[in-house]
Amino acid sequence: MDENLLEVNDLTITPAGTETPVLQDVSLSLAPGERVGLIGESGSGKSLTAQSVMGLLPEELRAEGTVSVQGFDGNVLTAKEKTLARMRSDLVSMVFQEPMSALNPLMRIGAQIAEVLRIHGEVARGDIPGRVLGLLTSVHMPDPNGARYAYPHQLSGGQRQRVMLAIALANSPRLLICDEPTTALDVTVQRHMLDLIAERVAAVQAGLLFITHDLAVVAGVCDRVIVMYAGRIVETGSVAQIFTDPQHEYTRGLLASSDLEATDARGKLYTLKTALSYAGPAGATAPAAEEPADVREPAPASAGESDTAAETASLIDVTGVSKHFRARGPLLRRRSPVRALDDISFSVAAGQRLGIVGESGSGKSTLLTILSGLDRPTSGQVRVGDVRVESASSAALRSLREDLQIVFQDPFASLDPRMRVEDIVSEPLVARGMVRAERLARVEEMLLAVDLDSKAMRRYPHQFSGGQRQRISIARALVTRPQILVADEPVSALDVSVRAQVLNLLTDLVDDYALTLLFVSHDLGVVKHLCSDVIVMKDGHIVESGSTDDIYANPREDYTRSLIAATPSLAGALASAT
Amino acid sequence: MSENPSTTSAGEASVDRRRRTKLRLNSSMIIGGVLILLIVALALVSFIWTPYGPSAVDPVARLRPSSPEHLFGTDRFGRDTLTWIMYGARITLMVGIVAVGIAVLIGTPIGIVAAVFAQYPWGTWLGAVIMRANDILLAFPALLLAIVFAAVYQPGTGPAMVAVGIAAIPGFARVARSGTMQVLGSEYVRAARASNRSVPAIAIVHVLPNIASMVIVQASVAFAISVLAEAGLSFLGLGTQAPVPSWGRMLQESQQFLSTQPELALWPGLFIALAVLGFNLLGDGLRDRFDPKMEARGNG
Amino acid sequence: MISYVANRAIQFVLALIVASVVVFALMSILPGNAAQVALGTNATPEAVAALEAQYGLDQPPLIRYFDWVGGMLAGDFGTSYVTGAPITPVILASVQVTGILVIAAIILAIVIAVPLGTFAALEQRNWIGVTISALSQIGIAVPNFLAAIILVIVFSLTLGWFPSQGWMAPVEGLGGFLIRLVLPVVSLALVQAAILTRYMRSAVLDVMREDYIRTARAKGLTRTKALFVHGLRNAAIPVITVAGVQLATLLVGAVIIEQIFVIPGIGSELVRSVANRDLVTVQGIVMVLVLLVLVINFIVDVLYPIVDPRIRNAS
Repeated sequence: MDENLLEVNDLTITPAGTETPVLQDVSLSLAPGERVGLIGESGSGKSLTAQSVMGLLPEELRAEGTVSVQGFDGNVLTAKEKTLARMRSDLVSMVFQEPMSALNPLMRIGAQIAEVLRIHGEVARGDIPGRVLGLLTSVHMPDPNGARYAYPHQLSGGQRQRVMLAIALANSPRLLICDEPTTALDVTVQRHMLDLIAERVAAVQAGLLFITHDLAVVAGVCDRVIVMYAGRIVETGSVAQIFTDPQHEYTRGLLASSDLEATDARGKLYTLKTALSYAGPAGATAPAAEEPADVREPAPASAGESDTAAETASLIDVTGVSKHFRARGPLLRRRSPVRALDDISFSVAAGQRLGIVGESGSGKSTLLTILSGLDRPTSGQVRVGDVRVESASSAALRSLREDLQIVFQDPFASLDPRMRVEDIVSEPLVARGMVRAERLARVEEMLLAVDLDSKAMRRYPHQFSGGQRQRISIARALVTRPQILVADEPVSALDVSVRAQVLNLLTDLVDDYALTLLFVSHDLGVVKHLCSDVIVMKDGHIVESGSTDDIYANPREDYTRSLIAATPSLAGALASAT
Repeated sequence: MSENPSTTSAGEASVDRRRRTKLRLNSSMIIGGVLILLIVALALVSFIWTPYGPSAVDPVARLRPSSPEHLFGTDRFGRDTLTWIMYGARITLMVGIVAVGIAVLIGTPIGIVAAVFAQYPWGTWLGAVIMRANDILLAFPALLLAIVFAAVYQPGTGPAMVAVGIAAIPGFARVARSGTMQVLGSEYVRAARASNRSVPAIAIVHVLPNIASMVIVQASVAFAISVLAEAGLSFLGLGTQAPVPSWGRMLQESQQFLSTQPELALWPGLFIALAVLGFNLLGDGLRDRFDPKMEARGNG
Repeated sequence: MISYVANRAIQFVLALIVASVVVFALMSILPGNAAQVALGTNATPEAVAALEAQYGLDQPPLIRYFDWVGGMLAGDFGTSYVTGAPITPVILASVQVTGILVIAAIILAIVIAVPLGTFAALEQRNWIGVTISALSQIGIAVPNFLAAIILVIVFSLTLGWFPSQGWMAPVEGLGGFLIRLVLPVVSLALVQAAILTRYMRSAVLDVMREDYIRTARAKGLTRTKALFVHGLRNAAIPVITVAGVQLATLLVGAVIIEQIFVIPGIGSELVRSVANRDLVTVQGIVMVLVLLVLVINFIVDVLYPIVDPRIRNAS
């Protein structure tokens, strides 16, 4: 049959009560069995497009245009809920982004899978338990039999996403829509999940509409890519074409700023502005990317010698640090302590840029909290400069915090919504007792240094975008002129195009202010770009540490290897796609 | 600016939020506000003018329905009901202000302190004890506490106000505590701690402005509850005492004339309901405005 | 689960102990002299002293407290200084009456509010949803004694369907019991139903926005069916909390309704004792009411893990 599996024509979505559409004239089609990636940053309208196809748009949005699905009579946008309900899961299924909330917390997993079989009634009642078990096995659920009786909160995020996939594919739909299905997962889990999606979609011969913000992810799963920007489709083409020969300026910019291995002539990551000179992912054509040494050039020589740093007077010394949390149970309950950190030792030389890499639960955030004196270790010593952090008096902690400042992860949560930017940035100076006029002068200077103008001072955080907020956060951290900057996942909440700009800014500032940088991240790519040395953490232990180049070139531990292999990269993605 | 792609996405969001920061009125706030203003106006006007004196009796015109001379009619002694309603508004508002004042001034700091204590290992149990005590206080509903006060001391407006105020403390403590916990757990407070701000400074600079909205909402709701409690107590004869006009007692006195003159119950009942409705609506409206999650829901 | 319940039970007992101390302090220490209060200000010192000696009021407070608590544990609330009669039978009889009233009222309120609130949430954009919502808002503002007066005017004085006051125990005649029950229970229930409707509506609206409802719809359930299968049990969690608070409020709120309808409940007993300046009886009744409120809270606490496996497995 020539009929397309999915046909979207002139889809325009407008929120009730406004005139400006959030999605405009979107048209796309999917052939049966085709696998298409829908790429875009936040606000591009990619999720709305997916929800329209399922007929799951929020009521307060008005949709015009047509959405037709093979096997479904009429326009999905205007169909009644009852008719749509029959289509869903039978013809079109969906896996959502948030594994933590997508399953009913009060219902056992088995019952939730059985339900989807029962609704559509294609499986005989008596066969349902067997089918449930089969589905759980097919998504490679560990202990599929036991999992049937588990509640969602007893499963990990990756396992829940497997369950979602099992539910979505239970009735062998013709089209599977995945809305950022791996964004909330750790990289190693993401890798497995992506493989699994590809495997299962092939097994049931369904079409796939895969929505993501991550170019590297899409390449491995899809044949064709549609790029969306600000509610419109800007470009569509095969994976190879989009990656090697992007036509639209935005696609090029997105591609360039996603590529953490490519840098421009000044050793900077490409941004939307400098994307013109970007030559494409490494391995495809460009030799330009083969200059990672450039990036780390300003790092002092001592960096590589951190192992023997004892005599070169390290700035930070962490010796045998452990942190156990006693699970607090009022009165009767006693739980064995959770070992968030177990015997961690390392040291950092002045001027070094150390990356701390780990997945969720690795203890990297706890380590940061201890380093910055916000919490005390259960045992072990931490020395920063000449301050013994674990036993520091509050006066000593004060002086520590003058030297060590933090940039936090979430640019929306780390700025007090009810304070003006000038008050936010000057907060560290208030504690120091500086007079207001002098404070404001420092704030203004600092804002300029992070490329914001002084008009920003009188504004409130909500008036800024995510990237700008992160600049404000950086300004606040540097306003006391600390020696050490600790960055806790500072770019993980940002869109890729903004991420490149913030990373470039960080690199500049680290040079200009001669900072020692501790950069915590789950993203090996970012750390590889930014840091001279790296510590890999897992379950509260240090798995491996050394210079970044070494670790990447010759990972000694299996875990490091799997982490590197799982981290999506454009070059790798392209290689697998072609 | 320099970040073209994100300014469109986040730019939209920021326009949306900017609208939110202006004092936008919703229908609940407007109706609630108007009702409250009406009651306040009645109370204020009563200080300079009332149709008759509160104890002026007109033996000829007893138990009269509405008429041009007596807009709301008269009671069994021939006293003017409108005059009594106006005087009653004073008591209603005074009880509300004093009771809510007591609860805000005691409950809010308790909640903040409990939340702050919970931040320290040595303070965890202290914070827990404070909240447990709070829970126990919750087992004494306003009316019960007021009856106890009336039994122990003389029944009157004073003990009633204090009892209603004490009973409202746990509500404020809970709201303040959960708000403070939320603020203290936020990244901007971590940032402030990393910036060397002391805990009291953080409480003033970050916590108070951020929980103020919740406390205001709670105050509005507590005001409605105290209006109800005062009316109930006076109805039982355990609140405001005889010569002083109060809506609850007017309602109680109307009971024996229900079959002959039901209008006597209508007016105090109506005004009690309007006052409670006003404060409830204002609270709802404020909550919707402060809480973006609720706002998306639309008002029904 | 077991440790959770044990934990709650310990907290319940601790709260009960503290509450008894508070009640005792409030009633037996603060006012100074209970005998003086009982006899009035113009009693002779000799009479006061005699009464004090008779009831052991000359003992130190700590001993009196333990006497009181010990008595209660043995089922004896003491003897009224005013009537000289034992208090326990009075409390038992009146608690039963109030219990019937309050439980009937909360059941009626739930029966009205749960469907109405759910419906109002599902139809929130239609006039009917808005109307329910507005009516419930008005209902909350009507104190139960006002509702009672209106009901009496309409259904008793005008239509003559129900008696305007009085009480009959079920054993004396089921018909008479039921017909006298209607107006007081309805006037108690209406206001609570209005409050509960609002909570139910907002809980359902919250639940409808949850991701798992979207998942259920993606599975092929309609919006309404998704709500019934997956939503209502989740919405029950906040509603149980509110219903518990309401039951506690009703217990005391029934005082006024009992006055209006001349029902011999614990509220009437309380008001009479206050008027008689019978502090011992007041103290006993207050303690019983506080105990019941704490029991309700405990039951609500124990209901959570039954509904929610996350609490059940939280150890």
